Amino acid sequence: MKLSEYLLMKPELSLIVVFLLLIFYDLFASEKAKKHYFPVACGLFLVHTIVCFFFCVPDSATAFGGMYITGPAQITIKHVLNIGLFLIFLQANTWLSRPDTIFKRGEFFMLTILTLLGMYLMVSSGNFLLFFIGLEMASLPVAALVAFDKYRHHSAEAGAKYIFNAVFSSAVMIFGISFIYGACGTLYFAELGANMLYDPLLIMGMIFFMCGLFFKIALVPFHLWAADVYEGSPTNVTLYLSTISKGAAAFALMAILYKVFPVLSNVWVDVISIIIMLTILVGNLFALRQKNMKRFLAFSSISQAGYIMLSVFSGTSLGMSATIYFIFVYVFSNLAAFGVITAIENKTGKVNMDDYNGLYYTNPKLALAMMIAMFSLGGIPPTAGFFSKFFVFIAAMDQGHTFLVFFALINTVISLFYYLLVVKAMFIKKNNSPIECVKTDGYLKASLVLSMIGIGLVGLVSCIYEYFASVSFGI
Amino acid sequence: MNILSLFILVPVLMLLGFIPCKNIKQVRTVAVIGAVVELIMAVALLFLFYKERAIDPTSEMLFYDDSITWFKTLNIKYAIGVDGISVLMILLTSIIILTGTFASWNMNPLPKDFFMWLTLLSVGVYGFFISLDMFTMFFFYEIALIPMYLLIGLWGTGRKEYSAMKLTLMLMGGSALLIVGIIGIFYNSGIESFNFVEIAKNGGIPIEAQRWIFPMTFLGFGVLGALFPFHTWSPDGHASAPTAVSMLHAGVLMKLGGYGCFRIAMRLMPEAADELGWIFLVLTGISVVYGAFGAIAQTDLKYINAYSSVSHCGLVLFAILMVNKTALTGAVMQMLSHGLMTALFFALIGMIYGRTHTRDIRQLGGLMKIMPFLSVCYVLAGLASLGLPGLSGFVAEMTIFVGSFEHADMFHRVLTIMAVSSIVITAVYILKVVGKILYGPVIDDHHLELTDAVWYEKIATAGLIVCVAGMGMFPGWISNLIRESIPYL
Repeated sequence: MKLSEYLLMKPELSLIVVFLLLIFYDLFASEKAKKHYFPVACGLFLVHTIVCFFFCVPDSATAFGGMYITGPAQITIKHVLNIGLFLIFLQANTWLSRPDTIFKRGEFFMLTILTLLGMYLMVSSGNFLLFFIGLEMASLPVAALVAFDKYRHHSAEAGAKYIFNAVFSSAVMIFGISFIYGACGTLYFAELGANMLYDPLLIMGMIFFMCGLFFKIALVPFHLWAADVYEGSPTNVTLYLSTISKGAAAFALMAILYKVFPVLSNVWVDVISIIIMLTILVGNLFALRQKNMKRFLAFSSISQAGYIMLSVFSGTSLGMSATIYFIFVYVFSNLAAFGVITAIENKTGKVNMDDYNGLYYTNPKLALAMMIAMFSLGGIPPTAGFFSKFFVFIAAMDQGHTFLVFFALINTVISLFYYLLVVKAMFIKKNNSPIECVKTDGYLKASLVLSMIGIGLVGLVSCIYEYFASVSFGI
Repeated sequence: MNILSLFILVPVLMLLGFIPCKNIKQVRTVAVIGAVVELIMAVALLFLFYKERAIDPTSEMLFYDDSITWFKTLNIKYAIGVDGISVLMILLTSIIILTGTFASWNMNPLPKDFFMWLTLLSVGVYGFFISLDMFTMFFFYEIALIPMYLLIGLWGTGRKEYSAMKLTLMLMGGSALLIVGIIGIFYNSGIESFNFVEIAKNGGIPIEAQRWIFPMTFLGFGVLGALFPFHTWSPDGHASAPTAVSMLHAGVLMKLGGYGCFRIAMRLMPEAADELGWIFLVLTGISVVYGAFGAIAQTDLKYINAYSSVSHCGLVLFAILMVNKTALTGAVMQMLSHGLMTALFFALIGMIYGRTHTRDIRQLGGLMKIMPFLSVCYVLAGLASLGLPGLSGFVAEMTIFVGSFEHADMFHRVLTIMAVSSIVITAVYILKVVGKILYGPVIDDHHLELTDAVWYEKIATAGLIVCVAGMGMFPGWISNLIRESIPYL
């Protein structure tokens, strides 16, 4: 082990430094000094994001005998996760300043940063063991986050549901990994990829492994935990689960499929195509009838995960760039939508779609932000969502999955229906007791403005996609 | 800067100009100035186009062309250029936007938002007509579609929420087909390009691919062109929309469908059009006749006009499918003629409705005595619609039928005769309405107190009538412009 190998792990090291600083600050600072905990934590994380952005050289390299892999694609997805998490932090201020959470706000930051570290390891792993450790780090602390408002009945229940599912899916996954080890005698991705055979035992191992990850990404039929957990957890945690956690898992799955299982691609292409169709369709059909905004977005994010998988499974570098791009855009769109929900929930406690009736007349800015977020999720130009969907379809058609693309497009129309329902509630419907003018704090405003800029520019400014395309690789 | 990009830039600047506006007067000022600038630019473009073409009469679709790489990896470009047909379409759009602005002079509530959405819609329409790259074209196409939802849902009348949702979803369903078609063309063109002029010149789509891409693209655009089984959004949508939106939608947006059909579906996949065109020809034939019969049965003025639009736009697609120079010339002329005429109709209906608060023909009567100006305009619009010589409808429909009759086989002849019969049916519903609501006794005595058109309404209607009559009297330059733009037929 040489120092230079550690230096390849700059993003992880920087994150650990932030983590330790926050722990010490939380433990040793006086109550008075902790008054500025929130801005300091956000500031530190921003510094980390910037350090990552400017000091991580996107070169391909491996460390610790192939255990840890870094490369331009991995660094890029880490940037995406960083930006997303930073915006989530900005939205959390009002919630964390409530009297029942203010004393544990340090824990919120530490737990999220720890899970982010787990995701970094997942993304960068070159060995199934490191991958598994990363995955556990990324999922177990989330259970604590989900149950963060533990005196709220829903939150505690959601935490229990989440931990059971996380443990169960981990068990299934490690079962699959053991098959793979049994068949090949190694857990290193590079060796596995080189020696992979068309072997029934390996196929079974792969399927088990994939099922474990499908749980994390909440693809149908492994999605049943998602809606309850998303609804029960605090809104910021829901946001974290549905964007960052999902995006990291999807990317990790893609990297492993491309690196380890290219030989079995005809097997996983079939499996994933069925999963995609189910996911998009079921997510859509359930979202149609939701009245609770959080639950509604939970199902919409299930169906969005189907679109992510649509680009994942094409197996080309076009597919990988579309995946990263889709995740990036999806982070902004979801952040904007949840940001509005957070703002309204914090002030009024209202989360039903009917409560949003006539929102435009009392809170025009929030309503516009929500509308743009909905259009971006639905894939309407000129928002970035249009571009990301189009690129996903191009990537999938490249491999000749015409029917799948057609199916996904028909579902886009269905999804547009429920996204327009929100727009209709806010702009068209009348309300006798509309939500009064909501004042939001500066952090949330900044987060919303940044998301809007993201939605507006990520699509139109083509160099972002070009950058993603330049770092991507295929089978 | 390319003059064509200005057509996108000016509406975008208008959008920015609306932001600081505080009252309806300022909003109107911005809207009128913007629309006038666009009209002047469109007229200037026409003259510049003549000048440019005199230098190089052989090139196709490549006047003021420009191409900026947008997404390099996928060969997506911001490629623009015009030929005679797009120039005419841009002219039509600018005329209708200006008159539409006058027709929605007293917009209420939220005038600022209304004009902002309307301007966003115009960004999409202009962008669509100047694009040569299918991605950019589709991008603008969807920008033009989505504002309709709020424009109808917020400012509409009647069952507006239902109609707005129906219209948006049906058109988006069409564009779902289009995406598959466009990406299919991209991968099968042989040169991996979105630029349809390039594909037509250098690429070739194999016939196996054409067989599934052609129906996709034709149906996709056909939904917007009110092709028969997918036309149902049109009556509801037009009936519920506010005046200016009906004008713009029936006058310009439905033309996007026909324009797309002939630019992409017919131009890039001629072999499949030859093989499968008959299916769509039958469907359009049904549109033409069914729309006309549908109009007879309606009692709401807007529904009558919406069904008549289905019939007239069906004629556009019908002529496009005939694939010969005369019919195609007729198709484009019909787009222009129908655009102007139907905008005039919807403007008048909006003005009448604004006074009487009913559009039911059973409750209207004797309007000629009460509001002579509007009534005379209505008669003129009706005459243009039923194809009276001297007005625009005649030249367009005549050219279409002459072109269609050039096909000597039984199938085309029968369909053409069917389509010709729609003229008679049109005369029935137009004259019935004119006789009932304009002449005849005054049914509601309250109507006697109503006033005639005011100055801004007069500008809107008179402007459109001048165009309709002008096109009817001097159709030569228009048809020459169109004929010279389709040298490949």
